[in-house]
Amino acid sequence: MDLLEYQGKQLFAKHGVPVPEGRPASTVEEAVAAGEELGYPVVVKAQVLIGGRGKAGGVKLAKDKAELEQNAEAILGMDIKGFTVHELYIEKASEIDEEYYAAILLDRTARKPMAMLSRKGGMDIEAVADEDPSAIAIEHIDPLLGFRDFYGRKLAFEAQIADDVVGPVGAMLGKLYEAFVAEDAVLVEVNPLLITKDRQVVALDSKVTIDGNALYRHKDTAEMRNPSDEDPQEQMARERGLTFVKLDGNIGILGNGAGLVMSTLDVVAQAGGEPANFLDAGGGSKAEAIVNAVEVILSNEKVTAVLFNIFGGITRCDEVANGLVTAFKQLKPSVPFVVRLDGTNDEEGRKILADADLPNVHIEETMLGAADRVVELANAA
Amino acid sequence: MSILVDKGTKLVVTGLTGREGSFHGLNNKRYGTDVVAGVTPGKGGLDVEGIPVFNTIGDAVEQGGANTAMIFVPPRFAADSILEAAEAGIALIVCITEGIPVHDMLRVYTHIKRSENTRLIGPNCPGVLSPGKANVGIIPAHFFSEGNVGLVSRSGTLTYQIGNELAQRGLGNSSIVGIGGDPVPGSSFIDVITLFEQDPETDVIVMCGEIGGEEEELTAKFIADNVSKPVVGYIAGFTAPEGKTMGHAGAIVSGSKGTAAAKAEALEACGVKVGRTPTEVAEIATELAKAAVT
Repeated sequence: MDLLEYQGKQLFAKHGVPVPEGRPASTVEEAVAAGEELGYPVVVKAQVLIGGRGKAGGVKLAKDKAELEQNAEAILGMDIKGFTVHELYIEKASEIDEEYYAAILLDRTARKPMAMLSRKGGMDIEAVADEDPSAIAIEHIDPLLGFRDFYGRKLAFEAQIADDVVGPVGAMLGKLYEAFVAEDAVLVEVNPLLITKDRQVVALDSKVTIDGNALYRHKDTAEMRNPSDEDPQEQMARERGLTFVKLDGNIGILGNGAGLVMSTLDVVAQAGGEPANFLDAGGGSKAEAIVNAVEVILSNEKVTAVLFNIFGGITRCDEVANGLVTAFKQLKPSVPFVVRLDGTNDEEGRKILADADLPNVHIEETMLGAADRVVELANAA
Repeated sequence: MSILVDKGTKLVVTGLTGREGSFHGLNNKRYGTDVVAGVTPGKGGLDVEGIPVFNTIGDAVEQGGANTAMIFVPPRFAADSILEAAEAGIALIVCITEGIPVHDMLRVYTHIKRSENTRLIGPNCPGVLSPGKANVGIIPAHFFSEGNVGLVSRSGTLTYQIGNELAQRGLGNSSIVGIGGDPVPGSSFIDVITLFEQDPETDVIVMCGEIGGEEEELTAKFIADNVSKPVVGYIAGFTAPEGKTMGHAGAIVSGSKGTAAAKAEALEACGVKVGRTPTEVAEIATELAKAAVT
C-alpha cells in the first residue's frame, strides 16, 4: 500500500524524522486556512501516488494569500499522468542549500533491508546511478542488529556528504530505519533530503510503501487508503476478499492460485486475446466466492467473454461448478463462458454443468484448448 | 531416493486441532507420512485420531521424536511458530501459511540462516511431496506418482497443472517442492536444485518461476556453473503490468526489474530449456526424462 506524501511524513514525524510543518487540504478554503496558520511563503503540493508532479505543474510556491488561492485552485482537480488531484499539502517553504537522497528498502535478493544515501538528490536516483554512481552509498542492515550508528557513519563518509552534517544525516537514517521497521514498510524514500541554509537536515518529500500483509497491526495506516485513488472494480473486488488486478483487455479471467492465473493470462495472450483482469479465486474456492468473482468480472463492460481455468487441488471442481450455476441464476450473464475444470472432483463438476445446461457455457478439456476457444468467442462478440 | 521428505520423516503438525490443520495433517497421515505429533498450546495430552497432541514443539521433539514440522497457524502467529520449531531442533520446517508480514520473515530468515541444522521451506507454499514416501503440506498427492523428474516451484496450482501433464505422459516425480510465492522465502531455487542435483533418483529438474525479484536470474547462473542434469524452466507472468502485485506477495514487476521476459532469457542463455506454456514444459521434460532412462 502506497502512502501520499503527507501521510508518509506523518509517520516520519511519529518516529522523530524532521519534516517541515504542513497541513493537508482538500478544498481551496482549507488550503487558505492552512497558509494563514503556517505563515507565508508556503508550497502548494499535489498529493498523488505518482512521481513527476513537479514537472507537471503540481508543486507551486505561494508568497501570499492571493497566490495560494490561485495555485490551490489550479492544482486541485488537475490530472497528473492519469491521477486526479483530490488533495493538497500546504507546507512551510524551506530554504534550500543542498539536496541529498536517502532510502531504506527491502532488498529481496540479499533478503535484508538496504539503506541508501546519495550526495546528489532532488532528481531520479536511477539517473544519479547512471551519471555518477560514486555519489551513492549502499549498506545492507542486519535485521537482528537493527540500524547501528556505524551504518550511518559508513554511508555518510562513503557518499561524501558535507562533514558538518554527517552526524545529523546518520541520525536521520537511523530514525528512517526505525520508521521502516515499526511501520512495517517495504520502502521509505526521502528525495530530496534537504540541508537548509542554516544547515538543518529535513525530509522534504516522502515516498512510503507499507507491507499489505502487516496492515492488521497498523489500523491507523490501513485507514489512510484513499478509495478515490483506487479503480472502482479493484475496490469492489477487495471488499469481497478477492485477489484482483484490472487489465486493459476484453477477456474476463478466473482461476485458482496466483501462478496458474498468471499462466492463464499468458496463454490467452499467446492465443491472440487480451485479458481484462487477473482474478485468483483462491485455494478452496467456495460457491459464494465464485458468485462474487463473476459479479466483479462482469462489472467491467468491456468484457465480451469469460474464461474459468480451474485446476482443483484443495479447490473442488464440483464446488466451482455449483458456484457458477448459482452465479448464472443470480446474474444471468449475456457473454459466453469457457470453462475448464481439471483436478479434484472434475468429473462431478463437469456433470453439474452439463445437467444445469447453462446458456452459452462451453466446456473445454485442456488449458490451451480453453484459451483458443475463449479468444475465438471474444473476437466473435 | 528423493529429497527433503521420505520414510524417515517424523512429522509434527502445528495447529493439528484446528480445522485446516487436522484436515491436511490427517491427509498427510493417510498418504503414509509418519505423523508423530500435533501441537496446540493448552491441548497437550489430547489426541487427534490417535496422534498425540503436545503443548510445545519442544515436547513433540522430546516425547514424540519429531524431526520435521509443518506450520499451519495464522500469519500473525507463524513467525513465532517457525522460531519455536528451530529452537526445538527441528531439521526441516515447512511453512504453509500465507500472509506473514515481510519484516517478520526478514528476522526469521536471518536467524535460520545462522543455524547449520535447520532448513525452512516456504512460507506461502504448498509443501513438499515425495511420491510413494511422504507428503508434508497440501499438495494433492493423487496426481503424482514415483518417477525421475524433480519439480520445484513458486506456485502451487501451477505445479499441479504441470505435474498432471507429466503424469498424462506417463512420468512421475522424485520430489515436488513448493518454495512459495513470498518475497523472502526460506529456501531458494538454488537450495532445492542443489539437492536434486545430488539425488540419484532425479534425472531431470523442472523449475517453475514467476515475475518478481531476481531469483530466476541468479539460479540460471548457478545452473550453468553447477548443475549437470538437464533443467526445464517455466516463467509465469509475461502479461503482468508493472507495479501490480499478481496474487503472490512476491509476484511484482518493479520498474524494469523482475519481468518474465528477462527471466526466461537469462535461463535460456544458461542452457535451460524454457517452455512457453505448462504443456510445452511437460513435453520437453517428458522427452528428456525418457531419454535419461533409456
